[in-house]
Amino acid sequence: MSQIFQRSTNTLSRATIFGAVFFVAALTWVGYAIQGSPYVTYAGVRKPQPVPFSHQHHVAGLGIDCRYCHTSVETSSFAGIPPTKTCMNCHSQIWTNAQLLEPVRASYKTGESLQWTRVNQLPDFVYFNHSIHVTKGVGCNTCHGPVDRMPLMYQQESLQMEWCLGCHRAPENNLRPRDQVFNMRYQPPSGANPVVFEGQTYTDQIALGAALVKKYNVRSVKDITNCSTCHR
Amino acid sequence: MPEPSKTVTVEKTPVIEPGHTFGTVTEKISAIVLTRPASNGWFVGFGMAFMLTMMMLYAIGYLFVKGIGIWGVTIPTGWGFAIVNFVWWIGIGHAGTLISAILLLLRQSWRNSINRFAEAMTLFAVAAAGIFPAIHVGRPWLAYWLFPYPNTMRVWPQFRSPLMWDVFAVSTYATISALFWFIGLIPDFATLRDRTEKRWVKIIYGMLSFGWRGSARHWHRYETAYLLLAGLATPLVLSVHTVVSFDFAIGIVPGWHTTIFPPYFVAGAIYSGFAMVLMLAIPIRKIYGLEDFITERHLQNSAKVMLATGLIVAYGYGVEAFMGWYSGDRYDAFTLWNRLHGPYALEYYALLSCNILIPQVLWIRRLRKSPAALFLISFVILIGMWLERFIIVVVSLHRDFLTSSWGMYYPTRWDWMTYIGTIGMFLAAMFLFLRLLPAISIFEMRTLLPEAEVKE
Repeated sequence: MSQIFQRSTNTLSRATIFGAVFFVAALTWVGYAIQGSPYVTYAGVRKPQPVPFSHQHHVAGLGIDCRYCHTSVETSSFAGIPPTKTCMNCHSQIWTNAQLLEPVRASYKTGESLQWTRVNQLPDFVYFNHSIHVTKGVGCNTCHGPVDRMPLMYQQESLQMEWCLGCHRAPENNLRPRDQVFNMRYQPPSGANPVVFEGQTYTDQIALGAALVKKYNVRSVKDITNCSTCHR
Repeated sequence: MPEPSKTVTVEKTPVIEPGHTFGTVTEKISAIVLTRPASNGWFVGFGMAFMLTMMMLYAIGYLFVKGIGIWGVTIPTGWGFAIVNFVWWIGIGHAGTLISAILLLLRQSWRNSINRFAEAMTLFAVAAAGIFPAIHVGRPWLAYWLFPYPNTMRVWPQFRSPLMWDVFAVSTYATISALFWFIGLIPDFATLRDRTEKRWVKIIYGMLSFGWRGSARHWHRYETAYLLLAGLATPLVLSVHTVVSFDFAIGIVPGWHTTIFPPYFVAGAIYSGFAMVLMLAIPIRKIYGLEDFITERHLQNSAKVMLATGLIVAYGYGVEAFMGWYSGDRYDAFTLWNRLHGPYALEYYALLSCNILIPQVLWIRRLRKSPAALFLISFVILIGMWLERFIIVVVSLHRDFLTSSWGMYYPTRWDWMTYIGTIGMFLAAMFLFLRLLPAISIFEMRTLLPEAEVKE
């Protein structure tokens, strides 16, 4: 009886069987990597805007507070996109002829809003509220990143659920005193840079965070990681 | 002290008819696959089963487009046909594992002629069962969330939920059953490889047989692997349906929340499983002339297993009814009353007749020997076991704790199409199995022959 397989089939079949394990593992890894990459999350992607508004210039350069434009951030779920009138408070006086600002003036004249491209976009099945985060001592730049150093706005974080949960599972790692929420240059406490809160000096974020969790009545981790806290 | 078994001569129907040799056994079983042309009956049967499979795919496709709303499930009956059918199919699978693993360890040599297709039946039944939870989740494209895998949501499944235990129980079960089946097939693949004339068939069976040459070392490793897998599969016979019963028993719904569920589910599973084995074995032995290998002894033994497990199931019903009264819990009492007098009372009486009353005729030896009678009784039992799951799922749910949320459950045509479609898929797979693989284990049959006895 003639042989139906060559001798090399032995090696081939062994390699296939053992290789399958690595293949499946690699496939899982690739899937996970793609899912977390900016290709899916848009983190770090500068989207085109009608006017190349620079947060860096307005925040770091001119020192305008976040709330000057995003007026409802402390009281509402939505931080608020400023109306053209807010721009014109200054730009009716300065740079009045700048070509760059033509769409702003046009919008002001016609009353038609500027169509900004949304940068930090959460899915519709997520309930997110800015005011609660601000009230509990989550700094703007904790989530939005160094906005004062962003010539063009981009999304700093992945905004994926693992990122949300990273903080909800250990809020003390990220909280700061309420009066520091809008401070873009705030540094978490360390030996060289102690933070004073309610007369106490803290040199350690975990200790400060724990005090803030208590002071601001942050709900238990069990509560804030409940599915229906965000998926209502 | 009982006499040593050698001197006891009990006149029993043999597990293999006399007159066979190694050659005739091999020839007879492998001929079904290799030489015998597919009959018209096979094509008609397979064609019908295949069309039912297509109907199932159509129903599932429409479900994906439209959503769960096309089914009859609503509040309060949020679990309908999908769960009923899932439990029914999983239960049917259990006989295969019992026959192949437990009876192997207990050295019940009569299992050798039915274990192969009983295992195939297990696999196809688990495949049919697996469809239902996946399409029942509402967003079937996210059904993989059932498994713990690294994800950007940083969430894991809820390990405290019995539904999660179910995922592990059933996937383990499917894996072990498939492995067990395949390992057992390897020596037979080699037989088919050596007997076929066609080169491409040789190559396919050659690859499947993993280079089996039948050397002593091969046999040694084979036996070790087979025994190990039998050892792994044995607890699964008990654990899988126990975990399935936890889906209900862990919940606080009256009619579910009872400790009798695990043993009574396991017994019910084996009950329905053997019924399915008989429903398959009786036509197969008739059509392919395998009466020599699947003898009256097999039919009788299966009937006895059904009788025994059926009585355990009856005991389960008895305990449920007793606890309805003895617990003093008004909701439990109402569940019992509702089963007997509620809107689904007809189904409950049908269940009692199909599962308890009618199978008692198996006490009669003449009926245990009659293939036609066994076929009918098995059919009745399969209906009864389906009704049992229907009663457990639907009747318990449709009368909620709050009178205001009471409702009725009406399966829609899509429910029926999906259910009947899975039966079609199961049968289509069986038809293919009969033509492509040896339906009876050739080498294990050979060990039953007088020739195989080693003289010392």
